Amino acid sequence: MSLTREEVEKVSLLARLRLSEAELDQMTRQLGTIVEYVELIAEVDTTGVEPMAHVADVANVFRDDEVRPSLPRDEALRGAPNHDDECYRVPAVMGD
Amino acid sequence: MFIPHESATDLVALIHSGDLTAVEVTTALLERIERHDASLQAMLRVDNQAALAQAEAIDARRRRGEPLGSLAGVPVAVKDNMCTRGEATTCASRMLEPFVPPYDATVIGRLREAGAVVIGKTNLDEFAMGSTTENSAFGVTRNPWDPERVPGGSSGGSAASVAAGFAPLALGSDTGGSIRAPAALCGVTGMKPTYGRVSRYGLVAFASSLDQIGPFGRSAADVAVLLETIAGHDPADTTSVDVPVPRYSESVSRPLENLRIGWVKEHFGAGIGDDVAAAVREAIRTYESLGASVREVSLPHAKYSIAVYYVIAPCEASSNLARFDGVHYGMRTDEAVMRAELDDERARLEKAGDERGLADMDTAMVRLYRKTRAEGFGPEVKRRIMLGTYALSSGYYDAYYKRALQVRRLIREDYDRAFAEVDMIVGPVTPTTAFRLGERVDDPLSMYLFDLYTCGANLAGLPGISLPCGFDGQGLPIGLQLQAAPFEEEKLLRAAHMYQTATDWHTRRPELA
Repeated sequence: MSLTREEVEKVSLLARLRLSEAELDQMTRQLGTIVEYVELIAEVDTTGVEPMAHVADVANVFRDDEVRPSLPRDEALRGAPNHDDECYRVPAVMGD
Repeated sequence: MFIPHESATDLVALIHSGDLTAVEVTTALLERIERHDASLQAMLRVDNQAALAQAEAIDARRRRGEPLGSLAGVPVAVKDNMCTRGEATTCASRMLEPFVPPYDATVIGRLREAGAVVIGKTNLDEFAMGSTTENSAFGVTRNPWDPERVPGGSSGGSAASVAAGFAPLALGSDTGGSIRAPAALCGVTGMKPTYGRVSRYGLVAFASSLDQIGPFGRSAADVAVLLETIAGHDPADTTSVDVPVPRYSESVSRPLENLRIGWVKEHFGAGIGDDVAAAVREAIRTYESLGASVREVSLPHAKYSIAVYYVIAPCEASSNLARFDGVHYGMRTDEAVMRAELDDERARLEKAGDERGLADMDTAMVRLYRKTRAEGFGPEVKRRIMLGTYALSSGYYDAYYKRALQVRRLIREDYDRAFAEVDMIVGPVTPTTAFRLGERVDDPLSMYLFDLYTCGANLAGLPGISLPCGFDGQGLPIGLQLQAAPFEEEKLLRAAHMYQTATDWHTRRPELA
């Protein structure tokens, strides 16, 4: 099954990417080729096979619930493109 | 003595004995980088002062009679996707160009404790996505054996820096072959440890269930020392496994007796180069001459590994890379320009009376994300984010992601059956030797197929090592891959050392222009 340009455009919104017209064309073509290739896995009989999300059979790991020093706020904010020394600054999310 | 060609173990011994100072070693390698890296571009950043300060600190410890670590004074090059406190860590991406981590990755901390000198950060495919290092936003690394050819990837800068004598050791990361393949193409030794053997804390995540940090060196003995330094449980990485770390550096020189090796028919099928197949077969004969027994084993699901990998890795990547949002750290698109564009779009749609278009318009916040990510990521990273987002989207999840995870288990079970019969699987690392720069950049699928022999170990979580086993007709290195059951790194290192005792391929050095 190949992808349509409309699907690729919709996925670009889900992925929070903005693609140019030329990129949309190229992406539609390239993703189509790759998706067609990975559909090879459809021929494998997977009846009753448990999906393997992780190779290590590890359960959740917990630590003691105690207060520990964490990254100081000024260090956490230092790399932010825009902040006001207390919070990250972003465009208004609700009605501007 | 020519310092750029000395082994890490010899350098440590000479520094411990006082025959060499750490400053002499670091100075010699900085000069080598200065002379040759303008053309190779293996290094993204080298801070001479910072490197020399680390070396001076080691020499001062020695003068004071304080104990020295296992890598005292040995320069190590580090792939630029591992966080170094107070020093840029870019993942070869515009997105992280301004990023200065507030902490060290666990492996960096362990290098510092062992007295190693972090000599610089190496080039990579952006966010470790690629097989040639051509996907770097900051320039293409060249293969030291032929500057018109790729060094492999994604840890191409680390492999090239070790091959070129910029450092005896380097760290890389391997998600689908990103240590083993460049090691093969650059003629050095590189290992992907078992998943969970080395802490991933501070490694910028690409595909979290596949990523693993590992060592590069010019011999198995040097790789053993570096693995011993970085391996072990870390409370900061809950997937790092709490099992004892063997003394690889001590056991590596002990040959294995009654070694049982397996070869896989699927490794010699369509697509493998004649020179590569011949060199690997010859290496198998070498093991036989060293007393190993050889038999054929089967990995019937190996042919699905690329398809499975290129579902799972992009799915995990699309989720991991969601964090690059132009808000918390890294770059952000020019907000004033973005707002002006949105205003123009709105005016145009209002004038046209396009109600639907107005309703569908991005909000300023969404456009900030989209534009930042459009400008910050290169084409391969975008492709993988798109592929992963598509495969995880409603209606496709079962057909792609879930099915890929099921086939992943079948791939692992193939290996488990094989390792009940043999100690290790011997085969090629890559289908061909280094190809020309630019040859595959416009054909993503052919690039992906280059991971055919390597990504199985990541899907199954196994250790694998790549070591030089010959040269093709054009003088380009060929790699040999050894794979073993989980946590059998010691066996791989000992087997690799046996081979390197019987052969001298690993001692060949490229002539730098």
